[in-house]
Amino acid sequence: MIKELTKGIFRENPVLMLLLGLCPTLGVSGKFFNAIGMGLGVIFVLVCSNAVISLMKKIIPNQVRIPGYIVIIATFVTIVELMLRAFSPVLYSGLGIFIPLIVVNCIVLGRAEAFAGKNKLLPSILDGLGMGIGFTLSLMLIAFIREILGAGTLTLWESGSTVYRFVIPGLSEAPVSVLATPAGALFVVGFVIAGINAIKQYRNRPGKAARKGASV
Amino acid sequence: MMNLVVIFFSFVLVNNFILSKFMGLCPFIGVSRNRESAIGMGFAVIFVMSITSVLTWVIYHGILAPLGIEFLKTIVFILVIASLVQLVELVIRKFSPALYKALGIYLPLITTNCAVLGIAIIAVDENYGPLESLVAGMSGGIGFLMVLIIMSFLRQKLSLEKVPAPFKGVPIAFVTAGAMALAFMAFSSSMITNLFPVE
Repeated sequence: MIKELTKGIFRENPVLMLLLGLCPTLGVSGKFFNAIGMGLGVIFVLVCSNAVISLMKKIIPNQVRIPGYIVIIATFVTIVELMLRAFSPVLYSGLGIFIPLIVVNCIVLGRAEAFAGKNKLLPSILDGLGMGIGFTLSLMLIAFIREILGAGTLTLWESGSTVYRFVIPGLSEAPVSVLATPAGALFVVGFVIAGINAIKQYRNRPGKAARKGASV
Repeated sequence: MMNLVVIFFSFVLVNNFILSKFMGLCPFIGVSRNRESAIGMGFAVIFVMSITSVLTWVIYHGILAPLGIEFLKTIVFILVIASLVQLVELVIRKFSPALYKALGIYLPLITTNCAVLGIAIIAVDENYGPLESLVAGMSGGIGFLMVLIIMSFLRQKLSLEKVPAPFKGVPIAFVTAGAMALAFMAFSSSMITNLFPVE
């Protein structure tokens, strides 16, 4: 059961391993706080839609399951949209069009189709939670790199007049501002995925298995 | 008229969907390896985006706004797109088997292309009229096709180069796209309004 939760965080991390949900990853990673907000929104949508779809899997006819899933997902996305507009206008304007676009985030529909439509309630909820956390962590990693290097700041919380923002001396006067631009987002994601690949290749390097065999 | 020209250039060059709005990245990375599928996908997207932006304009201003239920636009738009894509697939299969053969396999993928839902929402947020929405949808699709074709050439060239092992495949595609986005930053909206002043 725990495996359903952890697989989304590392081995099947939706963004860095499976390369799903890339559009919001690039779009909202300019500010650390936006990344957290987007991540929480996606976790909410994933857990709720996975739960409802898993409960309704017997009722939804197979031929129209995709439109059915999309309506369920869109309902929860609208809930997130209205909640954010009411309680966090800063986040609402910061995330902008990427809130309604959660509907077409491949991770959400992908989990509905690949997991929630076939499994029981509790595993589906854990699966949604794990995938959502995995998405949030990779988003936070990319936003962390982009905001620190691109603007020299790290925004943890922003709501009305309360702003928790670290300013890194030195970097904030002369930031690598290209990383704050759209082009910089593509660079950072490219390098992060390459880094993950390098770790994967290092762990699966051919010499390792041979040495293990020799020692046994 | 000038207004439409400005919208056209703004969506093709300045606010390109892939390079500056990050919409439609999944098909961009997925199909840009092969020129033929890049072109097929691009034209299918132009087609669907043009129809979608007009249709969602009609639905938003004809049904949602008079009833005061604008907050339902996400649900309604995605349903419109999903059924439109199915309809387009059926119509093309019936009337033009050749076109279906070229675009058929890309059509189902378009429902989850963020650029399509994106243009519908942008057109409503920017308060575009029906004609402006059509031009915005079409030019958004043209910009998508253009970047997809450029990228397929770049990736073809890249496949012959010696790339460090961890960068093979997707990472180098991202870095290349980043370089392309950097070049596209030269197109600014002030440049276009200078070239085509709106009276």
